[in-house]
Amino acid sequence: MTDQMTGAQSLIRSLEHAGVDVVFGIPGGAILPAYDPLYDSRKVRHILMRHEQGAGHAAEGYAYATGKPGVCMATSGPGATNLVTPIADAHMDSVPMVAITGQVATPSIGTDAFQEADISGITMPITKHNFLVKRAEDIPRTIAEAFHIASTGRPGPVLVDIAKDALQGEAAFAWPNRLDLPGYRPVTKPHGKQVREAARMIAEARRPVLYVGGGVLRAGAHQELRILAELTGVPVVSTLMARGVFPDTHPQSLGMPGMHGTVAAVGALQKADLIVALGARFDDRVTGRLDTFAPDAKIVHADIDPAEISKNRHADVPIVGDCREVLADLVVAVRKDQSEGRQGDYAAWWAQLDRLRDVYPLGYDVPEDGSLAPQHVIQRLGEIVGPEAAYVAGVGQHQMWAAQFVSYDNPGTFINSGGLGTMGFSVPAALGAQVGAPDRTTWAVDGDGCFQMTNQELATCAVENIPIKVAVVNNGNLGMVRQWQTLFYEGRYSNTELRTAPDAKKVRIPDFVRLAEAYGCVGLRCERAEDVDATIEKAMAIDDAPVVVDFTVNADAMVWPMVGPGISNDNIQYARNMAPDWEHED
Amino acid sequence: MTQHTLAVLVEDTPGILARASALFSRRGFNIHSLSVSTTEYEGLSRMTIVVNCDRHPLEQVTKQLNKLVNVIKIVEMDNDASVRRELLLAKVKTDAASRPHVIQTAELFRANIVDVSSDVVVIEATGRPEKLDALIRNLEPYGIKELVKSGTVALGRGPRSITDRSLRPVERSA
Repeated sequence: MTDQMTGAQSLIRSLEHAGVDVVFGIPGGAILPAYDPLYDSRKVRHILMRHEQGAGHAAEGYAYATGKPGVCMATSGPGATNLVTPIADAHMDSVPMVAITGQVATPSIGTDAFQEADISGITMPITKHNFLVKRAEDIPRTIAEAFHIASTGRPGPVLVDIAKDALQGEAAFAWPNRLDLPGYRPVTKPHGKQVREAARMIAEARRPVLYVGGGVLRAGAHQELRILAELTGVPVVSTLMARGVFPDTHPQSLGMPGMHGTVAAVGALQKADLIVALGARFDDRVTGRLDTFAPDAKIVHADIDPAEISKNRHADVPIVGDCREVLADLVVAVRKDQSEGRQGDYAAWWAQLDRLRDVYPLGYDVPEDGSLAPQHVIQRLGEIVGPEAAYVAGVGQHQMWAAQFVSYDNPGTFINSGGLGTMGFSVPAALGAQVGAPDRTTWAVDGDGCFQMTNQELATCAVENIPIKVAVVNNGNLGMVRQWQTLFYEGRYSNTELRTAPDAKKVRIPDFVRLAEAYGCVGLRCERAEDVDATIEKAMAIDDAPVVVDFTVNADAMVWPMVGPGISNDNIQYARNMAPDWEHED
Repeated sequence: MTQHTLAVLVEDTPGILARASALFSRRGFNIHSLSVSTTEYEGLSRMTIVVNCDRHPLEQVTKQLNKLVNVIKIVEMDNDASVRRELLLAKVKTDAASRPHVIQTAELFRANIVDVSSDVVVIEATGRPEKLDALIRNLEPYGIKELVKSGTVALGRGPRSITDRSLRPVERSA
């Protein structure tokens, strides 16, 4: 159907056609024409943010909560460049996102005009694809293509930069019936022969592991995964990006692998003779020193992105496909093998792994000076609030503890910035996640350093009735950096102390409780272990305003276990200078 | 490290050259030469990239190139199974004594003299990159004032073409 309208109207109509119900953004000169039809749209709700970086992270949080592409909008120049961090974040973690930026009018492009930035050039390496639109008639097709590219294959951010005269110009609106992208054909159906080979290897292995990554979450394949795991009896490790895809409470779950993973999970990967990697990419945080990673393991690697397969570790059985289809086909192949008497025997393997789980569980030291243990706060938060809620973390020590000490049973309930590790992710992403799943309790678990980067979005939460709850794990320091200074720089704490913990005169800069109140939220403080439960319950009982809880915690708490930088996973430490005894015979 | 020649079929859009070359530089690849032009199909361009690297990094960069939305197909041009050509223009110093020798060198390489002045000639030559390297070595003793090459272009030998479905593409899947 064709209607004559301005490019701006065409843009909003296109977003409606694409199924968008929320846009997070901040208006400005170049994008201003688009905001007029937005004012009238019945289908698209625009949430005015306080910083474009917040708009981008909110779009990410929304994408995590709904599985749909998150949409953010900004003006040209500095508005667009403020989106660079969340776009890079979405790129690293394969989050579907469409970022729409205004651009100066076409004749001004390249003249260093007011608020001009070559955002297409700047984001080229960090977007899945980007477009520069110079004509109003190109807007519908471009938006359709952008949403298609962002949400199919390996999801990722797509930027659409629209020149102001394109928004102001008139053209007929025509929503395309089919898209012509001859160079973009993601393969989702796996090759039958590869799947059967993988099934055969699973039956023949003595020490197999299912290494589950974010791709299984993107594919929505948690049920197929569970069926495969239970059918084969193989142990499961789930990465930072896949927490909750396989329930932590399941007997076959070994926990999270990697630099701060459990001894059982790290040990399982190191000792395995077969690793079945599903939607995971052998990231350096998981493998440690690559040349000593899993030395005896053959690799089955299933991923929708062929470029990841054999990138860091050679795949003996490469499988390109969507994890849901791969897992479904694998289940069929394994069932057939089992019906013909071919089944793996992993009793000895489980004896080894059970020993690792029993002897080296996750744990923490209770501070002797009576200060609050951050791990205790996070553990009680998870236990009281429960596995139906969403937990959105920042980056640092608190993030690792949130991944370790909360028991995740449902997919998509732990949302964080893994690949880029963006401090400041938590509050705006929690905002977006709450908007995407308004009936679900959403807790931001943030550090005091991270919190100061994006907490202006608390104003957005208060004004727009987005009742997130924020647990600030406040140790008065940039905790993870401080931990590395403790371990590797002889305790020389260069530039890691913030003033958010009380000084000798009990002054905090800033005081998070007063800050929360200034932002229209309820502010609570908890400094003692005996007050933790009551404070959490009080926060949970408030449902008409966002809540910020300042949990003032011990500054010397450390994240364990740890595999140091650039060393082998074999040298994991579960406490300072204490390494597991791998070879122990009972 | 060995030299590899990739023929990349792309949609003719603004920025495709920047995207492809940025991919190479971002991953630290040494591009020896890069040539791009239109093809027999409207809207499709062809890039010929000569790169020095080992096999595993080449596979990685090829897979990354394939991810670009505007890249349609990539084929590696085997030295033996393809025709590879490059154009050279060289400004060579000549005086009364050396000019006949320079002209003779050009003839031996089936090259043409395309500009003449009192103390230089400009030689135009096409051929395999190895032939042009040899020509340059033979002209150097006379003094090469200026030199420009077009970059290698290559076409697979035999009846099939890059736009056929049947030609073995550099792997899209692992």
